[in-house]
Amino acid sequence: MKQLIYLDNAATTMTRPEVVEAMLPYFTEFYGNPSSVYEFSGISKKAITGARETIANALGAKSNEIYFTAGGSEADNWALIATAEAYESKGKHIITSKIEHHAVLHTCEYLEKRGFEVTYLDVDENGVIKLEELKKAIRPDTILISIMFANNEIGTIEPIKEIGQIAKEHGIFFHTDAVQAFGHVPINVDEYNIDMLSTSAHKVNGPKGIGCLYIRTGIKSRSFVHGGGQERKRRAGTENVPGIVGFGKAVELAVAEMDERIQKETELREYLMNRVMDEIPYTRINGHRKNRLSNNVNFAFQFIEGESLLIMLDMKGICGSSGSACTSGSLDPSHVLLAIGLPHEIAHGSLRLSLDHINTKEEMDFVVDSTKEIVAKLRSMSPLYEDYLKHQAK
Amino acid sequence: MYTDKVMDHFEHPRNVGEIENASGMGTVGNAKCGDIMRMYLDIDENQIIQDVKFKTFGCGAAVATSSMATELVKGKTVKEAMEITNQAVCEALDGLPPVKIHCSLLAEEAIHAALWDYANKNGIMIDGLKKPKSDIGEEEVEEEY
Repeated sequence: MKQLIYLDNAATTMTRPEVVEAMLPYFTEFYGNPSSVYEFSGISKKAITGARETIANALGAKSNEIYFTAGGSEADNWALIATAEAYESKGKHIITSKIEHHAVLHTCEYLEKRGFEVTYLDVDENGVIKLEELKKAIRPDTILISIMFANNEIGTIEPIKEIGQIAKEHGIFFHTDAVQAFGHVPINVDEYNIDMLSTSAHKVNGPKGIGCLYIRTGIKSRSFVHGGGQERKRRAGTENVPGIVGFGKAVELAVAEMDERIQKETELREYLMNRVMDEIPYTRINGHRKNRLSNNVNFAFQFIEGESLLIMLDMKGICGSSGSACTSGSLDPSHVLLAIGLPHEIAHGSLRLSLDHINTKEEMDFVVDSTKEIVAKLRSMSPLYEDYLKHQAK
Repeated sequence: MYTDKVMDHFEHPRNVGEIENASGMGTVGNAKCGDIMRMYLDIDENQIIQDVKFKTFGCGAAVATSSMATELVKGKTVKEAMEITNQAVCEALDGLPPVKIHCSLLAEEAIHAALWDYANKNGIMIDGLKKPKSDIGEEEVEEEY
């Protein structure tokens, strides 16, 4: 295989070898069902307890507030649906934003079809929630605010502490989808007044198919998967023991290395952004320039379309992603890019590169050089660029 | 996701460019949907397409279908060019993923738009040629929850 420069860590990350190593014994050696009574199963149960503690500590939460799920989407579905059902006698209004992940947006649409009302807040040109609009949207029957910690496409980090404060002052529950942020930025649920929080292991070098929902003690939340008594009777099903162990190990490593990682990734990110902005004309950066995930870069190249760009980058061994319609299977480009005010044709030309601390400056150089060459090639065959040049010549 | 033929035409598109004072030029699609194709035709007095060029803003399939469409029309008479359908473009590329079929429709439409311009400029009628739609979008599919 040709060289691989993997810059799609917002989609998924490599499972770290240390994580795989920690998981392996729980497949072949300690495969007992944690719910069984014999001593052999106790080993599995103990492993789950350990991972739960690690994850709770990383969030400043208590162990019994961590509920393992099959991933971030399930956690989002659970947080919204179960809270809506448990508190519908209090009110049927939910506030979220236009830039949430589809796991939140489509769940909100599902709830709307079942009689709930949802306010979708606008964001500014950097993708930041407007706090004044949030305050104005609050009604006596508002039961839940769900705003993501950091956006998966443009990397913008939301003012979570302020949002948590507003929610607390109004006695409204606050859920945050922290799938992109957990393990990447420091999070403390008490400091930020977060009542529920969704995470996923595979975004922090853990295995796929495992995540968790943090639910603050005292919040009524119905059983999301009915069946056995696992996860304090709220989420039935035999635990994914190797997955949970892997998640715990990944979080342990992420927390221990967070500062170093943020510093390394930020340096690479700034280097990549600055070179691209200096060397490729008609380009913009999407998302907040500074207040963004250390590993997220998102460009929009005018006059070209994202899927073509991705395929050509792939030919050079570079993996990225785009908010172009062609990559989503629909005709509309990314809802996030439209929400920050980009016209359709510019949103189609977006490129997200999400880094890992193992990337190198040499790789960034290769990526910039390749992107520069490809963008020029695609522009030379773009009727939009031709029109632009003719217009300029007049 | 794409066939080798599609990848070949995407990587090495044939007939990219512009023709100055073209006999016919047509642009179809829209930026909103992320596909715009422009085709230039150079047609001689015997109604034979001597040269063809294209420019496309769009995905891999959009580029490949434009490229293939230019290969199919080159050297053909106007009448023969009218017979090139989106299926023909698809087949010549060994098929397209279902979500990309609209790209081949766009390619067919681009040929028609360029021919329409040619017919208009020269005051001639081309059998079966209707005023091309400037917009080709798929109908939105309502998602089920």
